[in-house]
Amino acid sequence: MKTILKLVSLVGLVLTVLPALLVMVGSIRWETHALLMFVGMVVWFSSAPFWMKTME
Amino acid sequence: MSTGGKSRLVERLDAMYEFDREPVTEKKLHGFSSFLGMYAGEHVAGTEFVIGPLFVVHGVAAGDLFLGLLVGNLLAVLSWTFVCAPIAVRTRLTLYWQLRKICGPYLTYLYSIVNALMFCFLAGAMISVAATAVGLPFGMPMPELTDRYPTSVTWVVIVFLVGAVVTTLAILGFEKISRFSLICAPWMFLVFVAAAVAVLPDLGCTSFGQFWEVANEKIWTGVVVEGQSKFTFWHVMFFAWFCNLAMHIGMSDLTIFRYAKKWSYGLASAPGMYLGHFVAWIASGILCAAAAGSVAPGPIAYMGAGVAGAVCVVVAGWTTANPTLYRAGLAFQVATPNWKRWRVTLFTGVATTIAACFPALVMQLLDFVALYGLILMPMGAVIFTDFWIFPRLGLQRNYAETNGGLFRWPAFVAWVGSVAIVFQMPLEIYFKALPAWFIAIAFYTLLSMVEQRPRAKVENPEVQP
Repeated sequence: MKTILKLVSLVGLVLTVLPALLVMVGSIRWETHALLMFVGMVVWFSSAPFWMKTME
Repeated sequence: MSTGGKSRLVERLDAMYEFDREPVTEKKLHGFSSFLGMYAGEHVAGTEFVIGPLFVVHGVAAGDLFLGLLVGNLLAVLSWTFVCAPIAVRTRLTLYWQLRKICGPYLTYLYSIVNALMFCFLAGAMISVAATAVGLPFGMPMPELTDRYPTSVTWVVIVFLVGAVVTTLAILGFEKISRFSLICAPWMFLVFVAAAVAVLPDLGCTSFGQFWEVANEKIWTGVVVEGQSKFTFWHVMFFAWFCNLAMHIGMSDLTIFRYAKKWSYGLASAPGMYLGHFVAWIASGILCAAAAGSVAPGPIAYMGAGVAGAVCVVVAGWTTANPTLYRAGLAFQVATPNWKRWRVTLFTGVATTIAACFPALVMQLLDFVALYGLILMPMGAVIFTDFWIFPRLGLQRNYAETNGGLFRWPAFVAWVGSVAIVFQMPLEIYFKALPAWFIAIAFYTLLSMVEQRPRAKVENPEVQP
């Protein structure tokens, strides 16, 4: 389960950073990038708290 | 104040830190990776959205910025590694107990109050940062670089709203929020990077090969915005080195590194420094240039990353302001023994929110950060001197503890005197801390010789002058 959650979180981070690179090279529009970043944010915060360990 | 009152103050102060009075035991030590994660999480914060743009408006040239940040951050990492961590792993005490042993409880209390006041202003800056993002949907007029006072009613209302949320959460307890902030860190860092990359085409950069040319010609052009001072390599280097001055040379992070197995764990601060104080500052500088010099964090983040960018600014400001406010309340609670914790935190939150209404706090953030470090640092010099230099000079370590002192005047004079002297020096605020460190060491050493000599004579009359 943890592995799946980690993979989902990774997808969230990829959705956060990859669209920006595509905007830079002109492959996608800024609006698409902003939407994908929003989705990435939702995905990250829906998955990361369940597996990330923090220093006590 | 009566003697009874004095002892109650000391008791209250000690009670607040009672749980970490003893040195950390072997079982509680943490590995290197714990420190890596913690520093990476702590140093990607709301302030990063402001500091990068302020470098741009101060007319830093691209070469000076990159080299200054590389060297300055390296010096910061070395300061944690060679100044703070070695004492931390030998004493395994918090800053509070270390200072108490050296300076006595009263001076430690005074230091805690000054520290709390600084925390309040820092939390205020974070609330302002978050307010620039919260105000976006309401069409709030953003504060400009030269604004010092509240710019509109909407601004004040939004700041109070953000302040109310931050204060309420601080009253409810900050531990969960601290954990939440660590979870936010990887995402926040990538939002910084993504927002900057997404606006590069607006500056004429559509491949990484063009970046350096665009950086020199359109971002860090070396041209100062009117009314601002010119920044050079030295400004950048000293700022990067000293922006966490209170933590490394000022020894605040003794409290953290007392959990380290080895002093070399100070090197774990490196990724945090280079992600937060190199990449993130560069990213926010790019955003500022793309926004034609605007420094308001909310709008520039939204311009680069849309809603995710605005949320990032709110989260970054909120997660930093919250524990800061909580710690400030904790320190003030000693002075208000009959007040419940929630009441102290509420009072602190209101004062902090009022301070946050003044955009000067954010627009002058570089100066404030430098001042914050400078004011707290001399006590780190006192600890350094007491630990390393005193045994070599035959002076007694932890003098207050051994001799039952309540207020060590050599440490007080070293603290206040060093700051007072450097303020008379014709130096910009960013350069004052280095001479202050040497002055504090000299004062504390010489005055401790004066303080300890009569006692040594009484205890051992054969000691020759």
